[in-house]
Amino acid sequence: MKKRITGIFSNPLRRWFWLFLGPVTAAFAIGFVWPFIQGIYLSFCKFKLIKNATFIGFGNYISALSDASFRHSFWYTALFAVTSLVLINVLGFAAAYALTQGIKGSNLYRTVFFMPNLIGGIVLGYIWSMIFDGILSRYGTSILLETRYGFWGLIILMCWQQIGYVMIIYIAGLQSVPEDMLEAAKIDGASRWQTLFRVTIPNVMPSITICTFLSLTNGFKLFDQNLALTGGQPFIIQPDGSTIKTTEMMALNIYNTFYNSNSASKGVAQAKAVLFFILVAGLGLAQLAFTRKREVQQ
Amino acid sequence: MKKLLAILLVLTMIVALGATSASAASGSVYWLNFKPELDEAAQALAAKYTEQTGVPVKVVTAASGSYSQTLTSEMDKSSAPTLFVIGNQAGVKEWGEFAMDLTGTPIAEELSTDAYNLYDADGRLVSIGYCYECYGIIVNPDLIEKAGHSMDEIKNFDGLKAVAEDIHARAAELGFDAFSSSDMDGSSSWRFTGHMANLEYFYEERDAGGWTECPASLTGAYIGNFKNLYDLCINNSLTDPKDLATGGHDAENEFKTGKAAFFVNGSWEYAAVSADVPNATMIPYYCGVEGEEKAGLNCGTENCWAINDTVSDADKQATMDFMVWLVTDPEASAVMVEQLGVLPYKHVPTSANGFLAAAAKYSDDGCYVMDWATNYQPNVDDYRAALVSALNAYNADQSDANWELVKTAFVDGWAVQYKAANG
Repeated sequence: MKKRITGIFSNPLRRWFWLFLGPVTAAFAIGFVWPFIQGIYLSFCKFKLIKNATFIGFGNYISALSDASFRHSFWYTALFAVTSLVLINVLGFAAAYALTQGIKGSNLYRTVFFMPNLIGGIVLGYIWSMIFDGILSRYGTSILLETRYGFWGLIILMCWQQIGYVMIIYIAGLQSVPEDMLEAAKIDGASRWQTLFRVTIPNVMPSITICTFLSLTNGFKLFDQNLALTGGQPFIIQPDGSTIKTTEMMALNIYNTFYNSNSASKGVAQAKAVLFFILVAGLGLAQLAFTRKREVQQ
Repeated sequence: MKKLLAILLVLTMIVALGATSASAASGSVYWLNFKPELDEAAQALAAKYTEQTGVPVKVVTAASGSYSQTLTSEMDKSSAPTLFVIGNQAGVKEWGEFAMDLTGTPIAEELSTDAYNLYDADGRLVSIGYCYECYGIIVNPDLIEKAGHSMDEIKNFDGLKAVAEDIHARAAELGFDAFSSSDMDGSSSWRFTGHMANLEYFYEERDAGGWTECPASLTGAYIGNFKNLYDLCINNSLTDPKDLATGGHDAENEFKTGKAAFFVNGSWEYAAVSADVPNATMIPYYCGVEGEEKAGLNCGTENCWAINDTVSDADKQATMDFMVWLVTDPEASAVMVEQLGVLPYKHVPTSANGFLAAAAKYSDDGCYVMDWATNYQPNVDDYRAALVSALNAYNADQSDANWELVKTAFVDGWAVQYKAANG
């Protein structure tokens, strides 16, 4: 009897598995794998249109690495990513912790904190630029006039947008901490801080892993908000007429390079994009390995 | 059942193939439109043309300020635009190789002037003007009169300065100010970094006996004149210069509602402002250059059509026919003129655009036309972005040091961007 059931269900499944896997695999191949491979190839080419690309070797990578604006954007992005990673996670965790303590109206607060995440980056950037300038104009300045305003403006914007998102993940993590463990800690006389650092946090390490991964990679990949809030301004106008876009992050730098009028710039932008991918993937994987080691099995 | 299904499938395929080959035989048009304000009319014209001829016409309009990005991605598709815009020499350099030579074609035959056409280094006619425009300073003469002045006083920079400063000084008493806001956000900064900057380029170009291609550097001989007019605009305005960086002021509305007497903009604004300010007119960029009493408006265009040379012959022909229809059919050309102002074609109606009429009046009176030397700006987005950043700093603190930065971005920035674009 058992064998018959297996026969009925497994054979058609074996025969038709491609029907279920096929569309997703095809979509993944068309939407990701192929463009990715093509992107790597194009980073070795000079091209205006993809269809007339000519192979030129490593020239684009040499140009990309010797571009001072790209190096500047790397350090600026790294500083931004680390600062936002710490702030978003600390504040997101604090919000999640507070909202799992049985405060009245917790659900309302959770919804309100999560809502900014539903607004698009470009819209947010423009709205916040008006908010910041509404305040800064009273002091005769603007977010577009000072690099540090641009930096902290973007940090505030990203915290406002992302804290609610990581908070939801942390809430799920906090709710899965076994009650008996917390109770045992309480009986053993652990203080609130001891319980938090010795019991709760080790148990929510999987959430911390995913949240730090998301905020680190998001920080590096940030584009829309950067474009809309400052667009790289203010620039340092150098004596020779060249400029340093002080608040330009890596993704915006790649975009600006791509749409430069120079006939070689598209290949250079493509090379920068490949370097950017290696960097983000490398950092992401390193961070995953680091935080996973600290996860505990319940 | 299976047989029936198979027959149905085969029939569908035959019909589909037939349909494809039918449209391929007669060709189709894909117009990548440059002017967002033309979109609605262009869609309606396309539908009408399809209704009349059966030729499919697709119109896609790139969002403001993103034409080059949209064109880059669309040109890579198998169904690339058949009709697109190459608006200046930088565009010719970038896209000229994809454009068909329009010399002697039916659409070129329809042109009433060669003045707005663009040629590549080999002398191929790569794009032809489909409308021309002018820019300068839009004025509300009624407010000038109300302030106790007359338009006759404004014949040079000194006259403009005296009137503007007087109005600004008495703004509270008059209930209106001299200039509308000069915001530096993306929706407005081009009026200064693109248009007003033209006065500097134009006079340099005139001294050099005309430019035929982008010069590698500027002398900056007229930067002081740019400063004259720019300072006048920002310091005699409704808005404190310190508040211009992120924008948010509606300069057009300020002018329309009679809050400001001057508005730096172009002929495309005529439809928007003439209903509220019927006597609105346009004056040149008076900036203190010797002999500027004989200056006219800044006339030119960035609206030039090119036909994609890489599409099929049938598509090229269909596109050509559509273009000719747009400038010869009485109804279609009337819509085009209504939307775009003056079209440089033989068989189009006369435009009712008052600002273009003002431009023509200056020419008739023997004034020199300030052509659009600004079209040569190298690596235009980066060049203008640097200028905006420097002007922001200057607006916040009008010190000599900050003006030096503007000068550096304006003059030295040109050479840097020229090198970046051509290196």
